[in-house]
Amino acid sequence: MSPRNRELLALIPVAILVTGGFTAVFIVESSQIGDLSLIYGGYFLAICVGVHLFIRARLPYADPYLFPLCGLLAAIGLVMLFRIEDGLALKQASIFVAGAGLLVVTILFVRDYQVLERYRYLIATVGILLLLAPRLPGIGSQINGAYLAIDLGPLSFQPAEVAKLCIVVFLASYLREKRELLSVAARRVAGLTVPPLKHFGPLLVVWGASMLMLVYIRDLGSSLMFFAAFLALLYVATSRLSYVLLGAALFFVGAWIMASAVPHVQDRVDIWLHPFAAHGPEGAGQIQQSLFAQADGGLFGQGLAESLLKLPGPFAPHCVQPFPDCGSILPAPHTDEIYALIVSELGVFGGAALVLIYALIGARGFKTAVMASDGFSKLLAAGLTAVFAFQAFVIVGGVVKLIPLTGVTLPFVSFGGSSVISNMVLLALLLMVSNDARRPVAPRDQGGVVPA
Amino acid sequence: MNRPVVRLYAFLLLLFGLLVWKTSQWAVFDAEALQDNPKNRRPLILSQTIERGTIKTADGVTVAESSPVNAGNTPIYVRHYPQGSLFGHPVGYSFVEVGQSGIERAENDELTGERNEFSSIIDQLRDVPQAGDDVTLTIDAQAQQVATQALEQAQSVAGANGAGAVVAIEPSTGAVKVMASVPGYDPNAVENSGTFQQLNAEPDAPLVNRPTQSAYPPGSTMKVVTAAAALDSGEFTPDSVLSGRSPQLIGGVPLFNAGNEQFGDIDMTTALTNSVNTYFAQVGERLGTDTMVEYMRRFGFYSDPEVGLPGDEMRASGPQSSSGKLVTQGFDPGRVAIGQGGAEGQDLTTPLQMAEVAATVANDGVLMRPTFIQEITDPDGRTVEKLDPQEQSTVMSEQTAAELTEMMTNVTQEGTATGLTVGGTSFAGKTGTAEIDPETGENQPWFIAFAPADNPQVAVATTVERCTGCFGAEVAGPVATQVMESLLGG
Repeated sequence: MSPRNRELLALIPVAILVTGGFTAVFIVESSQIGDLSLIYGGYFLAICVGVHLFIRARLPYADPYLFPLCGLLAAIGLVMLFRIEDGLALKQASIFVAGAGLLVVTILFVRDYQVLERYRYLIATVGILLLLAPRLPGIGSQINGAYLAIDLGPLSFQPAEVAKLCIVVFLASYLREKRELLSVAARRVAGLTVPPLKHFGPLLVVWGASMLMLVYIRDLGSSLMFFAAFLALLYVATSRLSYVLLGAALFFVGAWIMASAVPHVQDRVDIWLHPFAAHGPEGAGQIQQSLFAQADGGLFGQGLAESLLKLPGPFAPHCVQPFPDCGSILPAPHTDEIYALIVSELGVFGGAALVLIYALIGARGFKTAVMASDGFSKLLAAGLTAVFAFQAFVIVGGVVKLIPLTGVTLPFVSFGGSSVISNMVLLALLLMVSNDARRPVAPRDQGGVVPA
Repeated sequence: MNRPVVRLYAFLLLLFGLLVWKTSQWAVFDAEALQDNPKNRRPLILSQTIERGTIKTADGVTVAESSPVNAGNTPIYVRHYPQGSLFGHPVGYSFVEVGQSGIERAENDELTGERNEFSSIIDQLRDVPQAGDDVTLTIDAQAQQVATQALEQAQSVAGANGAGAVVAIEPSTGAVKVMASVPGYDPNAVENSGTFQQLNAEPDAPLVNRPTQSAYPPGSTMKVVTAAAALDSGEFTPDSVLSGRSPQLIGGVPLFNAGNEQFGDIDMTTALTNSVNTYFAQVGERLGTDTMVEYMRRFGFYSDPEVGLPGDEMRASGPQSSSGKLVTQGFDPGRVAIGQGGAEGQDLTTPLQMAEVAATVANDGVLMRPTFIQEITDPDGRTVEKLDPQEQSTVMSEQTAAELTEMMTNVTQEGTATGLTVGGTSFAGKTGTAEIDPETGENQPWFIAFAPADNPQVAVATTVERCTGCFGAEVAGPVATQVMESLLGG
């Protein structure tokens, strides 16, 4: 079977999930949501088929499972958003249209992703500027003590989501060129392998940027995700575990200094360690509610739309903002805490299934890296996959109290424009790399002419 | 570069494995602790969104009902008790702030409609919101009213400290027809946690359900247990003759009859009729500790009554050491046989236990498991559960029960309970007056009875706390007979 037919077949579970999920939610909440809302699911499936047809035409050799797996995540997210508030599902479906459009534009516009290597310093500069943008007066905005978003009129936009792509492209390109110097010209100092400073310099800049993000943006989650992706790429490029350990040590020292110096970061760590402390810092409510929601889940969950979410009658606070920003027992159920809601309603099995999808996407992404023929492609595929997987780990890890809870979105599942759109671009790049990597070397039936 | 990619993936899988492990920690292994965490308001909010079932008495009086507070999308239900303090015991209360007690707590799953997975899926498909089942109690509201009033009257007449208990049981089914505890409280008032704390701190303990939570020296009512053991073990007959002189050495210490009254050589019928302490103390000594314990166990002593109230709202009856532990040996069997004891084992019984003793004799020697539940119906009116009488134990032979019935009938006709009447029917009974404090003259008067003697329909136990200079027949007796009259007439 051709890869594209496999891709089409793999979209069937996505269709079943969306149909089944929407129907289940609709049955439980039919008194509160209109019949029309059922078409949001159909709307989403149409986008999936459209993207599939586009890939069939432009990237015939691309990995057949990457897109359906991302579609599966999006379907789970859409069903959960529909369950939270049907209006959110409509918005998210519209965002998917924009995201799918951007995926198409990326593939058409970039054509050959190798050209990205040429613009690597420009891309790196754009990335750093994007990260700093939330602190710019006029367009920056602060949420919960962190500077995560920029406001452009009606649009709110999280630049870290786009910056992660820029940084990965830059690192892949830079490490492709310096990897041999970094691994061969290394010296051993006091038993540790230390790379030459000249070549290591730009990498220290990345470390500095991560630290700067902590200081300046106060975004522990994003900086953890960036730095993990950076170390992953460094390891893939050099095969040297000592660099990774050195880098990780540097990060933790930096984070520890930050934690003792910046009250916001310190509070986050305190809340993480002692969520039920009697006189702990304010803001422990979110992780408490996260754990309480999961405790209601058990192995199989309470069922879609069956868990307590909207505070009823006298328990509801006076709200200015609409639900779910206010009046939900679980704070941010559509963004940060969507995993807790999934565990509450679908149980440990539901949560594990979701994690498994991320693991499968990881498998396909890293397989692309292994199959790719040139260094840049390998590093780019590995880097994009790593940053995607680490993002999922950072937010789920926060929700389950494995690491401090931070405000990173769950890729393709959480509600949010910046996240969906930038991850669509990430998917487009991965598909392009895999199309090149899997292109048959000796074409079987076209007399040596390889289709472009 | 392929090998590090594979290793990187292995590391990621490890991290993802940690995520699943942590998820199962919260959702499964630590779930119960999290649900019980005082900061967790989820269980409380959820319980308020379900319309609890109604509680009614056997004669159709509504005792507890739920009404919606705000008619939004998800209304909140609040409990209301139309009968006020009449059913504060044993029905209890169910409120957000103070929790639950009594039957409200014991039958919570039924009242909130907790059902198996399958039927709740069907309900979901039918778009039926979760609603509780209605519970019909075996209790008779009219008799409960009579019992409460009679108790309160007995208090004022006798100048007691104002506390007492009545339990009435249908002997053939174990159905509890009356369970009254004085002083009572209005369950509507405890919704306010301030009022609750105030009531909880009051010295006369209105929140304590005396029939199951308080144990008192049973005095001479215990002689029914001793006589059952004596006759059923074959060691004695109603005609067995022993000396009734007073005092006699029992357990090495002189024991007196009430008022040091002297009896000659008498049989057991005469001894029970006149409640002769020295006679039954000798019986207890001859039977010995083991036989006494064996028969107490058969009657239900040494374990919580099986009436289906929450475990911490009941206590077991039997001889208790000074540290409050139930003892099965080392006590003085002669004194326990007459409802007394000493530091090694003071006999203490709950009113419910003594009602079970009377009911057992009335039911040909078979103890029926006591119950409050007449019927449980789902919101559609279908019967989910119906009273299905269960034997708890066979205490004595039918013949023993018949002999004992005759002896107890003698008590009401020519013995200590002469003068008490139950609307002209012959009935069986036994008085008890346990000395609490010989110096102040404080007694614990008791009366246990069943009627009619030849075809028992109701068995009852009554007791009054700390009543100065009063006796079972004159204080507890009239309460018991009024309750029996009410139940037989109805």
